[in-house]
Amino acid sequence: MAVETLTPAEAMAPAKPQRESQMRLMWRRFRQHQLAVISLWIVVAFYLVAAFAEFLAPSDPGAYSARYTYAPPQGINFFVQGEDGGWSFQPHVNGYRSEVDQAAMRRTFVIDPEEIIPVQFFAPAEPYRLAGIIPMSVKLMGVENARDPFYVLGADRLGRDLLSRLIHGTRISLSIGLAGVGLSLFFGIVIGGFAGYYGGWFDSAVMRVIEFIRSLPTIPLWLGLAAAMPKDWNAVQTYFAITIILSLIGWTELARVVRGRFLSLRTEDFVTAAQLDGASDWRIITRHMVPSFTSHIIAAATLAIPGMILAETALSFLGLGLQAPIVSWGTLLQDAQNIRTLATAPWLLAPGVCVVVVILALNFFGDGLRDAADPHGR
Amino acid sequence: MLRFILNRLIAMVLTLWAVSFVAFAIIQLPPGDYLTTYMATLAAQGERVDPRAIEALRQQYGFGEPYVVQYWKWITGILTRGDFGQSFEWKAPVTTLIWGRLANSILLEGLAVVVMWLIALPIGIFVAVKKYSLGDYLATVAGFIGLAIPNFLMALLLMYLSFVYFGTTIGGLFSPQYESAHWSLPRLWDFLSHAWAPVLVLATAGTAELIRILRANLLDELKKPYVTTARAKGLPEWKVILKYPVRVALNPLVSTIGWLLPALVSSSVIVSVVLNLPTAGPLLLRSLTSQDMYLAGAIIMLLGVLTVIGTLISDLLLAWIDPRIRYGSK
Repeated sequence: MAVETLTPAEAMAPAKPQRESQMRLMWRRFRQHQLAVISLWIVVAFYLVAAFAEFLAPSDPGAYSARYTYAPPQGINFFVQGEDGGWSFQPHVNGYRSEVDQAAMRRTFVIDPEEIIPVQFFAPAEPYRLAGIIPMSVKLMGVENARDPFYVLGADRLGRDLLSRLIHGTRISLSIGLAGVGLSLFFGIVIGGFAGYYGGWFDSAVMRVIEFIRSLPTIPLWLGLAAAMPKDWNAVQTYFAITIILSLIGWTELARVVRGRFLSLRTEDFVTAAQLDGASDWRIITRHMVPSFTSHIIAAATLAIPGMILAETALSFLGLGLQAPIVSWGTLLQDAQNIRTLATAPWLLAPGVCVVVVILALNFFGDGLRDAADPHGR
Repeated sequence: MLRFILNRLIAMVLTLWAVSFVAFAIIQLPPGDYLTTYMATLAAQGERVDPRAIEALRQQYGFGEPYVVQYWKWITGILTRGDFGQSFEWKAPVTTLIWGRLANSILLEGLAVVVMWLIALPIGIFVAVKKYSLGDYLATVAGFIGLAIPNFLMALLLMYLSFVYFGTTIGGLFSPQYESAHWSLPRLWDFLSHAWAPVLVLATAGTAELIRILRANLLDELKKPYVTTARAKGLPEWKVILKYPVRVALNPLVSTIGWLLPALVSSSVIVSVVLNLPTAGPLLLRSLTSQDMYLAGAIIMLLGVLTVIGTLISDLLLAWIDPRIRYGSK
């Protein structure tokens, strides 16, 4: 048996109780949900893509090339077979060979395995500003000769690179989800907080309004509001207008959560104690009540993001949300609306895959967060 | 029961009033009024504008007067004459345009609700009884995917798959020759052979949700002592499950129609656009893009009214099957 040796000072000091912060406890519980942890990493990865869009996208999302309309995805291959039959490491894409489809009377592209276009990582590029701030002149990948085709995920109607557009669309779609939830959260906390803390007629009025809004079909309403947007608004204006329109309906769920929390906490002993101590309402709310349910609010907000992303995608898909020069998953999917187009270029559905993955990941992550935030769970 | 119905009816009238207010607000939202747009289109088409006709319209809708007056003229027109105003794009009264399409919407959504229940009920019972079996996991995974794929994406995918693998395009509700025919057996068959796709697409998300709720409810019920009692008395297993716990577990499920319906109406708009169905959805989209606001307002209002009435029906249904609600909410 090992005998622990203590220095006199340590032996004299009273044993410090092990304390862990609320956040650490939550994190520990959260880590037990494997699916939630994996989802967290997926979500983080998507937001990183959104943050470094300019660096990751091989080309400008608006750059078009009439030569390569609906060019199929090239993919990236990493090994080439040399003359002697041995394989060597050389990241590359294959060139295209164009063929004329006699039946449909149009040009189609076929991947030409003979033609090898080397791909460079950290390739030099035209100087640009990352997120509009940091000047850079290196991109994650690129081809040596700018005239060579480089369509990892294929091209669209105008020969624009789908991968680059997808990456830039990620930035818009994910940020509009965050911004919409942020705004909803603001409305939700202010309105729901007032209703829950003071109760009375204001509470019942707010609850009736929330019930009313939730009993309406949202898409027709959103469409009606979005259609009122003047057509000549610029990108930034439409972006914010859409965010506001989405949160006009989105605040209700969060307000309900906040109100519920306030109602249940209002009668807790520690709140009564603070009231008897003569603390002001403001102090009670900000110092005593809010910290005890922040985690719940964060979980509820996370679970609200997928709805926002879906709503933006649906609106833009229908043509009443964000408009053409802005690239979002919804505007990208607009190109895939036509069955003929879809049959020629099924890769245009790629933004849809992103939507599904992100929605699933955010849902699992939010569920895990909610379970972890609930101290009575399990 | 009468008192309950009366309460609900009063609440519904208030809600409908609020719906009409929202619809009217949307009509008023775009800059400029309907008359100016109307005159502009007429002038653009090179037609002569009769000042007397314009004046008559101005009188009828109260343009230039306060919003309250305009709202009053609009709503009394709807309530007394069933007049929803004029569609300037189609140059026809709104009422002649929407009823047929609205009927299609109701038909599709009704079918979707039925299909949802038909699929969700057996699967929900199965996964609750065989908890943690392979089938349970499969249903859970399928349910999550069903929830995560947006409806319109599902429609696109279905369209693509049927085009690539079967060489057919799905879309529309009728073949051209049955478009305006009267209902008959061949027309019904034609309708069903078109409608399965949109109904299936509309039903997926709701089905997944219903299965989840039914599973949770039923799991709670199956633990209760009365189930053990029934089993101990020697009832066959199917009777033990179907006769008592399933019936109790169904009650909360009926109440889900209340929030299922808005979502369903919502998604039917976008699915109809994708699959090119003659329902209210594409008409709404078109009227909104061309700023044909009386038409758009009427559709938004009627979709809202439909949803509210549907919710009321589900509430009454719930009160009818569950006495606790009938007597509890005095």
